[in-house]
Amino acid sequence: MSDVIEVEDLRKAYGDVVAVDGVSFEVRRGEIFGMVGPNGAGKTTTIECIEGLRRPDAGSVRLLGLDPARDQRQVADRVGIQLQDSALPPRMRAGEALRLFGSFHTRVADPAGLLERMGLADKRGALFSKLSGGQKQRLFIALALVNQPEVVFFDELTTGLDPQARRSMWDLVTQIRDSGCTVVLTTHFMEEAERLCDRVLIMDHGRIVALDAPDALIRSLGAERRLVLTFPPGKTPPSLGHLPTVRRVEQAGDRLVVYGGGERFVGGVVSALEDAGVDLIDLRTEESTLEEVFLALTGREMRE
Amino acid sequence: MRGLWRLTAMDLLLYFREPIATFFTLAFPPLLVVLFGTIYGNDPTPMFGGRGSMDVSLPAYTALILGTVAFLGIPINISSNRETGVLRRYRAAGVPEHVYVLADVITNLVMTVLGMILLIVVGRLLYNVRIEGSPLIVLVGVLFCALSMFSIGYLIASVAPNARVAQVVGMVVFYPMMFLSGAAIPIEVMPESVRRISEFLPLTYAVRLLKGLWFGVPWSDLLLETAVLGGTMVICALLATRFFRWE
Repeated sequence: MSDVIEVEDLRKAYGDVVAVDGVSFEVRRGEIFGMVGPNGAGKTTTIECIEGLRRPDAGSVRLLGLDPARDQRQVADRVGIQLQDSALPPRMRAGEALRLFGSFHTRVADPAGLLERMGLADKRGALFSKLSGGQKQRLFIALALVNQPEVVFFDELTTGLDPQARRSMWDLVTQIRDSGCTVVLTTHFMEEAERLCDRVLIMDHGRIVALDAPDALIRSLGAERRLVLTFPPGKTPPSLGHLPTVRRVEQAGDRLVVYGGGERFVGGVVSALEDAGVDLIDLRTEESTLEEVFLALTGREMRE
Repeated sequence: MRGLWRLTAMDLLLYFREPIATFFTLAFPPLLVVLFGTIYGNDPTPMFGGRGSMDVSLPAYTALILGTVAFLGIPINISSNRETGVLRRYRAAGVPEHVYVLADVITNLVMTVLGMILLIVVGRLLYNVRIEGSPLIVLVGVLFCALSMFSIGYLIASVAPNARVAQVVGMVVFYPMMFLSGAAIPIEVMPESVRRISEFLPLTYAVRLLKGLWFGVPWSDLLLETAVLGGTMVICALLATRFFRWE
C-alpha cells in the first residue's frame, strides 16, 4: 500500500460554521505532504480528523489502514503528533517528558539520541517552562518521534519562530522524511510549503483549491517566468520581443524585464544576447511563487 | 494501562515541585496541631468525652487534608492542565482518559496518606495522641472518604470552563465546609443551628466517619456516614466521567 492516508469527502462543522466542506485526498508513503491556506481555511480541523482527535461529521478517513476515530490506541502507537496548541506541566523536565511519553508506547526511540538530534542535548534537565519557543517546539517534535512513528503530523510547526529557527526546522523535517517517515504538515507560510513539501494541498474556506507538487502548481499558472537583465549604463538593450518564447518586455532604466515561458526561454534569450554581442552586468530569473498561485486560484491575497 | 506507573510517578514528582500544594497538603495540618495545641493544650475535657482537644482534632484535620486536596488541588490542577493544553498533549500520545485520571487519583491518595502520616507523627510526638481503633481500618476509612471527596473535585474540574472558575468554585465549596463540618473547628463547640447546617455538607460525614473509626467505633455503627459518602462518590464520579473534556 503506497497511500498511508486516504481521506474521502470529509466534512466537519462547528455549529453553523462549516470548517471542512467535502475534502478528498491521499497522502503517499515517504512524502512531505503540506496543507496550506489562510487561518480558518480548515487545515487544523482536517489534520485533527485524520489524527483521530476529532470525529468527522461525514466522510471517511483511513490512516495506515485504520479508522483513527475508532482505533485510537493502535493509531497513537504508530503515528506521532505535534499539536498547534499544547503544553507540558511547567515543572516537567525535557528528559523526563521523553521518558514519560516513551512509556506510553511499545516501540521507543532512545531519548538521549532524540534530544541530540533535536539540538536539545544540553536541555535534558531543563524545566519545560524555562525553554524558549523554538526549544519547546523541538521538544514536541521529539515527543512526536519517541515511538518511531510511520507518520508524523506537524500542525503550524514554525508559527512564532524567527526566520533562522524556521530554516533549521525545515532541515529537521527534511531529515525526518529522509529517515523514512511520512510527514504531514500544515502551515500558513507559502514559502515554507514551497521549500519543504513534496506535494502541497491548498485549502480555502474548507475546500481544496489545488493539490500538486509546488513546481507543478507554479507551472500550471501559465508557466510565466521573469528574466531580469541589467546592462551597463548608456548601452542600448537589444530587442528581444521577436523571440518565440518571449511574451513581453518591460524596460526600467538600465534593466530589462523579459516575461516568457517554455523550455527554451532562458537559453533563447541568452543566445540572442550573445549574437547581438551585448555586455551584461547581471542576469537573474524570477520564478512565480505559491503565493501567486493562491492569488490566481482564489482571487485573494494570502493574509498571515 | 501502559504508562500508568510512569505517569503516576511523574505526577507525584510534579506535586512535590509545587511548593504551595505541598505545603497545604503536608505541612499545614501539622502546623495546625502545633498552633491549636499551644492554645488549647490536650487536657481531658468532658465536652470531648474525656479526651483532649488534640485527640479529637487529629482525625478532623485528616478530613481537612482531603478537603484541601479534593476541592482546591484537583479542580485547579486538572482545569489548568486542560487550559494550557497538557491534556491535549497526553491525548495525542494515546493516553486513555481512565489512565490519566487513575494516575491523578493515585497521586492524590498518596499525598493525602502522606499528609495524614505526618499529622499522626506530629500529634504523637507533641501530645501523645493515639489511634484508639485499628490503624488499618482508619487507613481504609481515609481512602474511602478521600475517594468520595475527590469525586466532587473531579466533577468541579469536569464542568468548570477554565482554571479560574474551577478555583473559585472549589473555594466556595470548601471554605464553608472547612469551618462548618467540624474539620477545622470541633463540631462539639458549635451551636445547634450550625450543627444542623453541617448535616447538609458532605465533608461532615467524612469527619464523622474518620472520628468514629479513629476512636474505635465499629464501621457497622457508621452506616449513615458510609451511605452518604458512598452515594456522593458514585453520583459525582458518574457525572465527572460524563462531562470530562480533554479541551
